[in-house]
Amino acid sequence: MKRFAALFATLDATTGTTAKVVALADYFRTAPEADRVWTIALLSGRRPKRAVSAPELRDWAAAAAGLPLWLFEESYAVAGDLAETIALVLPPATGDDSRSLSDHMAALAALTDRPAEVRRAAILAAWDGLGPDERFLFNKLLTGGFRMGVSQGLMTRALAQATGMEEADLAHRLMGDWSPATLTFADLVAPDPAGNSARPYPFALAAPLEDAPDMLGPPADWLAEWKWDGIRSQLICRPGSHALWSRGEELITDRFPEFAGLADFLPPGTVIDGEVLAWGAGRPLPFAALQRRIGRKSVPRKLLAEAPARLIAYDLLEADGTDLRAEPLERRRARLAAILCALPPGLLLDLSPDLAFTDWSDLATLRRTAREARAEGVMLKRRSSPYHLGRKRGDWWKWKLDPFTVDAVMLYAQAGHGRRANLYTDFTFAVRDGEALVPFAKAYSGLTDAEFAQITDWVRKHTLERFGPVRRVPPELVFELAFEGIQASPRHKSGLALRFPRMLRWRHDKPVTEIDTLDSLRALLNRET
Amino acid sequence: MLAAMTCAPVLCFTDRGLFCPEGDFHIDPWRPVDRALVTHGHSDHARPGHGAYLCTAAAAPVIRHRLGDIRLDTIAYGEKRGIGGVTVSFHPAGHVPGSAQIRVERAGEVWVVSGDYKIESDGLSEPFDPVVCHTFISECTFGLPVFRWRPQAEVMAGLARWWAANAARGVTSVLSAYSLGKAQRIMAGIAPATGPLILHPAVDAVTEILRTQGYALPPATRLAPGVTAKTHPGALILVPPGAEGTSWAGRFGPTETAFASGWMALRGIRRRRGEGTGFVLSDHADWPGLNAAIRATGATRVFVTHGYTAPFRRWLAEQGLDAGIVETGWQGETAEPEALVE
Ligand SMILES: [Zn+2]
Ligand SMILES: [Zn+2]
Repeated sequence: MKRFAALFATLDATTGTTAKVVALADYFRTAPEADRVWTIALLSGRRPKRAVSAPELRDWAAAAAGLPLWLFEESYAVAGDLAETIALVLPPATGDDSRSLSDHMAALAALTDRPAEVRRAAILAAWDGLGPDERFLFNKLLTGGFRMGVSQGLMTRALAQATGMEEADLAHRLMGDWSPATLTFADLVAPDPAGNSARPYPFALAAPLEDAPDMLGPPADWLAEWKWDGIRSQLICRPGSHALWSRGEELITDRFPEFAGLADFLPPGTVIDGEVLAWGAGRPLPFAALQRRIGRKSVPRKLLAEAPARLIAYDLLEADGTDLRAEPLERRRARLAAILCALPPGLLLDLSPDLAFTDWSDLATLRRTAREARAEGVMLKRRSSPYHLGRKRGDWWKWKLDPFTVDAVMLYAQAGHGRRANLYTDFTFAVRDGEALVPFAKAYSGLTDAEFAQITDWVRKHTLERFGPVRRVPPELVFELAFEGIQASPRHKSGLALRFPRMLRWRHDKPVTEIDTLDSLRALLNRET
Repeated sequence: MLAAMTCAPVLCFTDRGLFCPEGDFHIDPWRPVDRALVTHGHSDHARPGHGAYLCTAAAAPVIRHRLGDIRLDTIAYGEKRGIGGVTVSFHPAGHVPGSAQIRVERAGEVWVVSGDYKIESDGLSEPFDPVVCHTFISECTFGLPVFRWRPQAEVMAGLARWWAANAARGVTSVLSAYSLGKAQRIMAGIAPATGPLILHPAVDAVTEILRTQGYALPPATRLAPGVTAKTHPGALILVPPGAEGTSWAGRFGPTETAFASGWMALRGIRRRRGEGTGFVLSDHADWPGLNAAIRATGATRVFVTHGYTAPFRRWLAEQGLDAGIVETGWQGETAEPEALVE
């Protein structure tokens, strides 16, 4: 654990990517092999099975530190991170735990499903043997999932440096469902016999297009299609089996049983990149319908009927077992179209249609109709582009619709977390409903640190009431919020829920009397559904 | 906030600060008053504009330097002095050189105002001396259990390692620390020195005053136009917070910056500063320190101020103390987001 903590300290202290890669590559060359595998797993977002729950950790730590729970919570609100709070409030360690990262992971895995008393004793013993930084990391392992400020791409680059393997091969090797508990480092970085893997290829990603696309050159060089609002997925057909992976590298085959039929007709050795959408009456259903399917391991017949899924295909990554990713997009699309044409009718798979346009203003006009098509905007892909590894600027762009906006007033403020601990950054907003103010959204991003500091100062001076870390303030500060969509939500007081609300700007110029009304939001809702 | 007229106690809380009706003086007032007793020279305690000042002899030179031509009377640590119907005395607070707690006694009833304090001896400031009292008014800047300091020697060793590693790479070290107290504490504690110490003029001015008073401080060079990485390779430059990246920095080629403050205990705050190292070093008491200090006074009544007052008060009340909050007119109750005031 000491070695892992030292790596973390180095990564945490620098924002320079070169220094991070150097530190990681050094670790991948010299750390015990089992620790390397675990580090790769953690940095690629794989979570170990949880041995303890967050409330258990909180209770045990508070008791070990001799603190009442409310004081632990106050401390948590200031530190903004459970793992850090626990590491800080515990009394200094009395022992010296020399176990490695993988030793700890194995011990934690053995703890799952043991009685609470056994788990508690093991955790307390570990806490008492770890220094402050190691304790923080140990807690991060317990609470699951952390990135250490290192992207998967950066990690892959470091691993390539350490092993001498190609970055692209490594990226593919690290995809999918593997377990650091059973895989050795040698296995993990061994070349894969082509074609027999049900592992997804790394997804190519688009960069957001901030300005008009005129800068992109001749329109004829570009393929335009809708940016669909579903689950970006990869369908892999191998002889006798198929797999559906989400972009989050989750295997979702069983959640969409309706695609089982596709595997019977698609030639083996086919890999398709596409979007899973809920589909009805010849067009996508609102995202809310698909949401009902996400997170359900098994799908009841009724839901299957109400929110049937369809795969809209963007790209062909492999055909007849051959990796096509280096071929130009135009060729891949042509082959994809040919394969789809040969399928019998009635299958739940379509080609994402090309949007025809001759000049950029045509496309701009089309883009404005994206909402009617139930799309989020337009994708632009250079016809000559390969299927890139991850996000490479220049060839793929997403040109999203302008968001909806609403002017609303702040009602509550809460201190932020992490980098913004002790600044008030999380706000609850209200719109008018007659004389009343109805809370309808929370947002915590979109302003500068300087603005947050100014608002923090204001919140402190104007607090009306406190509820733990939350403060009620007079309804005076008006903000323009942006959001991507709106849906009915009986769980909320306003009857509405927004998708991705964030602050666009602080409207110093706007009095509270002129903010938007609940009726204006309801009108949007009716247009959306 | 209580108005001045509700005073029956030895000290009461007014919109100008702590007031002693029987002695007709204020302690660390934040608005102009006739007579101010001042715990130490930090600007949130020693403010301009009062008619007359009283502070320890050790604190006086810096206060004079900062406030200019003021009517200032001094008192030795432990010396008793009658003012009106009360007796006052000043006792070491261990916060910065010359800092004091102020004891006020009226007919056997003793109140103590802590000012800013820390428990661990820093090797330079007069060490904290617990004063037995009935009512204790305590700061609680770091009054939450997430704040636990490591021993000074350990932090200094970390600082020394950072400096040495930078010097070995030909990099100049720039450390921000408050110009009164923290900077000199680091100068005195970081020996044996890796290389030359260079002081920003604001730090140098205070250091010279303290040196003249007899505080043992290692030699240092004032940051002046001719002072560069060439003339002073491998230097450690001590600057006040906010002066890190200004015009002089160019003369020193590659630099590494660090910040020494109790707030560096929180990863979120460390990260908000971006590039640079954070050393957890504070001149205020940590959570165990606050609790130990309060216990040592034997006080049954405690008022808390300057920090995480609401949770700290509740915690003390749950420990069986009669605990209240002194509302202050000039300070946010937690870290000022940008300046990280201590
Ligand atoms: Zn102070
Ligand atoms: Zn202070």
